[in-house]
Amino acid sequence: MIEILEAGPQTTVQDEGRPGFLAEGLARGGAADRRALREAAALLGGAGAAIEVAGAGLRLRLHAAATVALTGAPMRADVGGRLLAWHAAHALAAGDELALRPGGGVFGYVTPAGGVATEPVMGSRAVQAAFGIGRALRAGDRLPVGGGTVPERRLAAPEDRFAGGTLRCVPTPQTALFAPAEVERFEATAFRRDPRGDRRGVRLASDAAGFETAGQLALLSDFVLPGDVQMTGDGTPYILGPDAQTTGGYPRIAHVVAADLPRAMQAPPGASLRFRMIGVAEARLIALSRPATAPLLRDPTGIRDLGAFQLIDGVVDARG
Amino acid sequence: MTGFPRIEPLGESALLVRFGDRLDDAVNRAALAFRADLERRPVGGVAETAPSLGSVLVRLAGDAAAVEGALLDRLAARAWGEAPLPPRRRWRIPCHYGGADGPDLAEVAAMADLTEAAAVVALGAAPVRVLALGFAPGMPYLGILPPRWDLPRRTDLAPRVPEGALVIAVRQLVLFGAAAPTGWRHVGRTAFGCFRPGRARPVALAPGDEVTFPAVGADALEAAAAADRDGHGGATWEAVA
Repeated sequence: MIEILEAGPQTTVQDEGRPGFLAEGLARGGAADRRALREAAALLGGAGAAIEVAGAGLRLRLHAAATVALTGAPMRADVGGRLLAWHAAHALAAGDELALRPGGGVFGYVTPAGGVATEPVMGSRAVQAAFGIGRALRAGDRLPVGGGTVPERRLAAPEDRFAGGTLRCVPTPQTALFAPAEVERFEATAFRRDPRGDRRGVRLASDAAGFETAGQLALLSDFVLPGDVQMTGDGTPYILGPDAQTTGGYPRIAHVVAADLPRAMQAPPGASLRFRMIGVAEARLIALSRPATAPLLRDPTGIRDLGAFQLIDGVVDARG
Repeated sequence: MTGFPRIEPLGESALLVRFGDRLDDAVNRAALAFRADLERRPVGGVAETAPSLGSVLVRLAGDAAAVEGALLDRLAARAWGEAPLPPRRRWRIPCHYGGADGPDLAEVAAMADLTEAAAVVALGAAPVRVLALGFAPGMPYLGILPPRWDLPRRTDLAPRVPEGALVIAVRQLVLFGAAAPTGWRHVGRTAFGCFRPGRARPVALAPGDEVTFPAVGADALEAAAAADRDGHGGATWEAVA
């Protein structure tokens, strides 16, 4: 069991979401950075629900020994004064207190081996608080976990997706409503991630004029998907996230491919984002790769910190 | 541009079958009927289907070209706009129009060339059909309203409207299933819960259902909502043969 000691307002349990309810207007939801879930699954040898942390710190206590994967946006993590490497899985003992502090990027993930084992709703543990499915975590919450320990591993080559960059995208059924020159200007524009944004989507800012189509205010509402780049009435683009609405009436100039959506969601405010159009056939060939892992070697700095902590408290750590 | 129906990619892992590009009764009927047929006789390589105002989303689990071929064959099999609607319900959902519960009512009435009082009478009596559920869980797009209600959306995102808000634009009403910012025009408030995960029927409305929003006072709405333990905000419904 994991006991939450301190959590920010956007700390939630997330998994791959609940597909299958678009006809009823329920977005799939799930982790904002799907790659972070795949990384945790690779580190732990199996998929499971994670604690998603956004824009704040987190403190929790383990009530039983468990290996815990730390993936997604790097955060400063320590257990009793010992710094833990990010992008890695660590064997923690019963009673250990894990403390995370924000670093770069937006969404960090803490995944215990076996996953967080809260009660599924409509086939998923993903919290969609805006729709009344679960709620954000808060101090005092106790989360059941699958549990168990597995060898400590690290990601062999963590994908740096936490500072913006170029997003590959494909045309949408509305792209042709924009003049070709407008689409070219869209591709040539350096956007900035606006501070406004959450799991529903992120707003982009730029020095460019708004991107507009003729008659967009009378567009028939139709399906929108996470990754769609929606232009609101004033021509400001939003990249839609996992908890975005299922339908909308604003034109979508492009759709960010699934492999690059984590880069969009993890871009911190102010980060530069650009778009590059590719064909749908090419996009369908982009495989979601399984992250490679390697054995974790303890950082000597961390071991020294642990030694200092033991001297102060007189605690003997049996794990050496 | 080719004609309708047409099949286009929606992202790299879904297809969109569109029956039209403007709000039209036959277009909506075609989307509802075609989707119902895909559920009844599934196409291989499809993970999920869903209908909208004028389209059907087909989420892919297999080869896109093979699915597209099967969908084209199915489209050609009949005139989908002439297919019957599914069995449905007729709902009466009480609504308090204007004031803080409908801050855009005066503007909307002026755009429709009506007094505020006349707008409330007209909207409170207008029968509409659930054209699709979307945006938020169980949240209906309702129509089709008479031409005088062909109002454009706002050009800016409005402040958040609360759950239960009744908004209007482009000859449709939308009943908000969750608090959200919107470009639609906010004319009233209901206490109707579109989606309650714990309810026996979590999503109350179904595409094809008929709805009216009779005008009530704020106090009457509160009283009806307080007495409604199912979270339907005092709404009543009957089956339509």
